[in-house]
Amino acid sequence: MRWFWIDKFIEFEPGKRAVAVKNVTLAEEHLHDHYQAYPVMPESLMIEGMAQTGGILVGQIRNFKEKVLLAKIGKAKFFEMVRPGDQLYYEAEFDNIADEAASIKGTITCGDTLIAEISMLFSHVDNNMAGVEFPEENFVFNEQFMNQLTHYLPKEYKQSN
Amino acid sequence: MSMTSEEIFEKVQENLVDALGVDDDEVTLQSTLMGDLGAESIDFLDIVFRLEKEFDIQIPREELFPAEAMMGNSELVQDGKVTAAGIAQFKETMPHVDFSEFEADPDINKITDLFTVESIVKFIAGKIN
Repeated sequence: MRWFWIDKFIEFEPGKRAVAVKNVTLAEEHLHDHYQAYPVMPESLMIEGMAQTGGILVGQIRNFKEKVLLAKIGKAKFFEMVRPGDQLYYEAEFDNIADEAASIKGTITCGDTLIAEISMLFSHVDNNMAGVEFPEENFVFNEQFMNQLTHYLPKEYKQSN
Repeated sequence: MSMTSEEIFEKVQENLVDALGVDDDEVTLQSTLMGDLGAESIDFLDIVFRLEKEFDIQIPREELFPAEAMMGNSELVQDGKVTAAGIAQFKETMPHVDFSEFEADPDINKITDLFTVESIVKFIAGKIN
């Protein structure tokens, strides 16, 4: 099972920006303990959702050949709590890319409400971790993941590829 | 675009404060990026990205921080010391860095002390002026 914290993409402009949706539901067991009397979506999981939105945006630029891992959270500011029933929009905007790394800036919104501002840096591990050996197979964008991705991406994007 | 060293320093300082989560008074010309400001490898990329945007320039990573690429070369580094050939190459590739103290004791572990805020300011000045 993969660790998915976004439900689907609704917009995907290669190399520019991507918008993914996350529906928060009380069927997610972790919310039962976080917290019992007042369930709220953990901020760390929203950061993971943004990392997935941004990581896929960045991975697509080099055709999912790089192993793209979250390396640094430059900024993560949260303004509102997120409750079961909320629908979140993760918008990641491409910022910069080099052989070793790439960066994005993102916002999370729920309706008209700004939930968070997040910026992050991804490492292209094969080019950045000199001397450290990683498996040759791409364990980030593996086959299972790519299969999932075809269901994820908006129709227009699939048609153009 | 022409800027004075003070103007460049102010912008570099601002970006280092954001990239490294340090206070602005910690960022002086003499501060070393790794020793004093706690920068790690991924931070160097972050800093490069920020400076490119701030000054609207392209910075090949090996130009601003070329020492990493040279570390594994036995002609340039022997027994934990940078050789004379190594120092000559450093000087050529990093004209923005002051090597005077390092030459007296070219211990490879001290190489990180060469990357000061001042070396970044000089590098940017060389690029834009």
